[in-house]
Amino acid sequence: MVSRGLAQLNLKQLTTLLKKREISCEEILLAHLDVIEKYDSCLGAFLQCGGRKDLVALAQESDKRWGNGENISLLDGIFVAVKDNIHVDGFLTTCASRILNNYRPPYEATCIEKLRQSGAVVLGKTNLDEFAMGSTTENSATVTSNPWNVDHVAGGSSGGSAVAVCSGMSSLALGSDTGGSIRQPASFCGLVGLKPSYGRVSRYGLVAHASSLDQIGPITKDVYSAAQLLNVISGFDNKDSTSVCSDRIILDELQRDISGKKVAVLGKISSVVDPQVALCFDRAQKTLKELGVIIEEIEFPAFDYVVAAYYLISTAEASSNLARYDGVKYGVRQECKNYQQMLTATRSQAFGKEVKKRILLGNFVLSSGYYDAYYQKAQKARGYICDLLKDIFNKYDAIITPTTPTTAFKKGENEQDFMKTYTADITTVVASLAGIPAISLPCGLVDGLPVGLQIMGKMLEEQQILNIAYQFEKAVARDFSPPLGKMTR
Amino acid sequence: MEKQIESLMKISGIEITDTEREILEEELQVFLQYAQIIDKAPDYQRKEILDDSQLMVEDNVTPWPNVDKILKNAPALKENSYLVPPQQSRSKEELKPCDESSDNDWEVVIGLEVHAQLCTSSKLFCRCSTKFGNTANVNTCPVCTGQPGALPVLNKEAVRLAMLAGLAMNCEINTKSVFVRKNYFYPDSPKSYQISQFEQSLCSGGFLTIEDELGNNRDIHLNRIQLEEDAGKMIHVGAAGIWGAQASAVDFNRTSIPLIEIVSEPDMSTAYEAKEYMIMLRTILVSMGICDGNMEQGSLRCDANVSLRKKGDLELGVRAEVKNLNSFKAIERAIEYEIKRQAHILKNGEHVEQQTRLWDDNKQKTFMMRTKEDSHDYRYFSDPDLQPLCITKEWINSLRKELPQMPLERKRQFIKFGLSQKEATYLMHNCNYADYFVSVFDLYSSAKTISNWFFSEILSYVNSQAFIHITAQDFSCFLQTIDRGEISGKIGKQVIKDAFHDNKGLMQIIEEKQLRQINDEKIITSIVERVLSENEKQVTLFRGGKTTIFGYFVGQTMKISKGKANPSIVNKILREKLRCVDTS
Repeated sequence: MVSRGLAQLNLKQLTTLLKKREISCEEILLAHLDVIEKYDSCLGAFLQCGGRKDLVALAQESDKRWGNGENISLLDGIFVAVKDNIHVDGFLTTCASRILNNYRPPYEATCIEKLRQSGAVVLGKTNLDEFAMGSTTENSATVTSNPWNVDHVAGGSSGGSAVAVCSGMSSLALGSDTGGSIRQPASFCGLVGLKPSYGRVSRYGLVAHASSLDQIGPITKDVYSAAQLLNVISGFDNKDSTSVCSDRIILDELQRDISGKKVAVLGKISSVVDPQVALCFDRAQKTLKELGVIIEEIEFPAFDYVVAAYYLISTAEASSNLARYDGVKYGVRQECKNYQQMLTATRSQAFGKEVKKRILLGNFVLSSGYYDAYYQKAQKARGYICDLLKDIFNKYDAIITPTTPTTAFKKGENEQDFMKTYTADITTVVASLAGIPAISLPCGLVDGLPVGLQIMGKMLEEQQILNIAYQFEKAVARDFSPPLGKMTR
Repeated sequence: MEKQIESLMKISGIEITDTEREILEEELQVFLQYAQIIDKAPDYQRKEILDDSQLMVEDNVTPWPNVDKILKNAPALKENSYLVPPQQSRSKEELKPCDESSDNDWEVVIGLEVHAQLCTSSKLFCRCSTKFGNTANVNTCPVCTGQPGALPVLNKEAVRLAMLAGLAMNCEINTKSVFVRKNYFYPDSPKSYQISQFEQSLCSGGFLTIEDELGNNRDIHLNRIQLEEDAGKMIHVGAAGIWGAQASAVDFNRTSIPLIEIVSEPDMSTAYEAKEYMIMLRTILVSMGICDGNMEQGSLRCDANVSLRKKGDLELGVRAEVKNLNSFKAIERAIEYEIKRQAHILKNGEHVEQQTRLWDDNKQKTFMMRTKEDSHDYRYFSDPDLQPLCITKEWINSLRKELPQMPLERKRQFIKFGLSQKEATYLMHNCNYADYFVSVFDLYSSAKTISNWFFSEILSYVNSQAFIHITAQDFSCFLQTIDRGEISGKIGKQVIKDAFHDNKGLMQIIEEKQLRQINDEKIITSIVERVLSENEKQVTLFRGGKTTIFGYFVGQTMKISKGKANPSIVNKILREKLRCVDTS
């Protein structure tokens, strides 16, 4: 039970104990490994795990540094689970796809280099929807289950990373978010998930899904950990032309009083949200008001366009990004007598059906005769959405929504009705299209499943939304740990 | 719908099952609804901020240290090259006999698309070396092999060179241009798209002045110059050409080397003009250090769009694009062939098909590569990995100041100096010799004399384009030495020959071999006196009227002076002496 407890601690608790030398990194590691051994066969969070020996050695090195008071940072010897679409030395990057099942990346992602420089240790690579396309982590070789209720999905596409943190297999995790792939699984699992502003974290070494939307971000137990992990991984990178310079999050200022801050609630949203989730959201608003926040409901006429614009743009970019898997340079190849046959056979057999579908749709969007009405118009709608948000942020410090319209889906539920799955993204894709930061944090439970509150902020003003999130979390003061003990093995 | 899905599967390189197809059809309906929804989205006003400009880095080579790690992931390798199955074989078109008779009913319209590799040390989007002829795939890295997760970072020097080319060709340099992805599958394209430019290119408009058959200046207008990356190289194993090979070996060393594509308007009407345009283009690019101009190695490549129309028609005819034109001669011949081929078709009342054709230099014919039906749908869209390329006015203006004299201007100048048309044209196209010529001319005033010696002597010892080791200073001293009569023209020619043979300077040869003529009358007089005193018998004979032996005295004098005595002075003094003795 002690080890289970260690595995469930957040970053602040861990570093406090590490500083006092009451625990060691090795003990934290063993606690994580214990949880993995016990539950991962059922939960399916990891696709690959680091070797025990190597991990112990790294933990011992960190312990030595902590012992001498020479720890590199507060993350020294802290374990991070990484979504398997981010390149990490020593691991394959499979993207949960057959086409990359043997791909050993020849270089490491910038954010992982930064993690290493801080002393943090990559514990393993986590499951995802193939190429991060999906919102259930069911489009994968193994299905990831929700620790709150294994009949439900963990969300996606960063489902494995969310489950790893939720169940205590890892203290921290990295996911990637294209249309909600960090925030939605965080919401489904009762965690904090942060999609940073576009460009704050380098995408170098993140396997591209939709390049203009993709961002790497933290999935953690609490807001403070998310802020700290964000500080480690962010920064301008001269290997990513779309990365930007940003100010570090000042952790002490998370404590700042948020009374007087103005927050907008988007009007039409209640119509798409499950009534019980809406109730939770109302309670969350009440909590914020008690903290002195001024909440106003505003019109957001762009709601009609967000899902359409998102799917038209993301499939278009994905179709081009995934064209490189041609059986020539890496990955699997279906041997055939000529190149054209080899190409088609390889791609048809090694991509899953969701990925194939999106590639075909994306190519449709870009094909001559349709480009103007589909892609070009979607870009126009995107510009309009950005304009509207800019206006809103001239008047408000943040926008809040429920992170998702419902709690975690039942497994297999979305298999048939893709329209429903798409509509479920309506709350998260706004921030993706606008490139603005958005955080999800737990605000309640419905039928034993967590509900998330999403806070969106102005471009590069993560400090603002983290401040609100931190104060909200403190006010709610509730432990969102899943009832793992009840889990049948 | 059926046909649409077929074509989608083709461009996607994906085949789907019937159930997958049903789902796709439903989703296409959803997308149709999406299109209808967003059609109603209002216009927006996003401000363009110059600060958002594309990141650019210096042109420094940083080789990727672990090419092995990249190669290890390859499904099939052969001697450091990626091995792929051969291209689908296609039947070559049967050649119809061509009517050789010329036909004046047709007007020929030609436009050229020229690709020029820029002289940078590192690639356009990564810092791999651009060196030619290294072992396959050693100059590659995650970016130029299209590894998942790798991203492009723009080379500043490539942008500078592309802008210089644009300025030299009178283009508008656009302060904002956009990189796009051109999507197509081919083994030599590692990302399966090429990063290129299209409608919003770096340079637009512009023109290039050439001289037509009659020697008149003619402006060939340009559509645009765009900056883009090169593709890799494929070697077809087991066959001479692309078809019928057993496999192809792919080398990505050339991948992502910066190119400019110079797209002309359909402004030319003869194969001669097209060739002249290409020659002039090459001269400009090479003289400015933008491209090395090596057509054999593929640093400079050309595709020609050729179409015919009835004289007086305003609409353009259906064109054929001819590829693989690797020399000036090939450009001229291929276009001439293509004109004949199309004229023949049109004369028979048939229609020319829109095709891409390949020039075969051995057979001196063009062959069909693909028809319009299987032409690519490139699905261009702006590359989300790169920002718009914003160029400041200051940068453009500072480059404008760097511009050298343009070729035709230079030619006019040489003619003004007194050179012939032919000589001036030669120098215009060989800028290193033109520079050489000018530097000699700075030290020596007669352009005509320089050109006589330069074209008939110096050039006969150097291969085209080769470096001339004789300095301008040396050359001008040499010419002055001749002017002073210190060496004869005949010895001068020998000096040049020796200088090239021994790889020495001209004046050095003259000094070492003591070739200066003896012009000192006192010295020559003493030699003449010696000759006369040693040959009394001949003197008597001469005086006796046998004047034909005058040459004998000259010969003896030259012999003693080792050939260096100035012959005219020798003649003069001999005559004086013989007369003098005679009268005494």
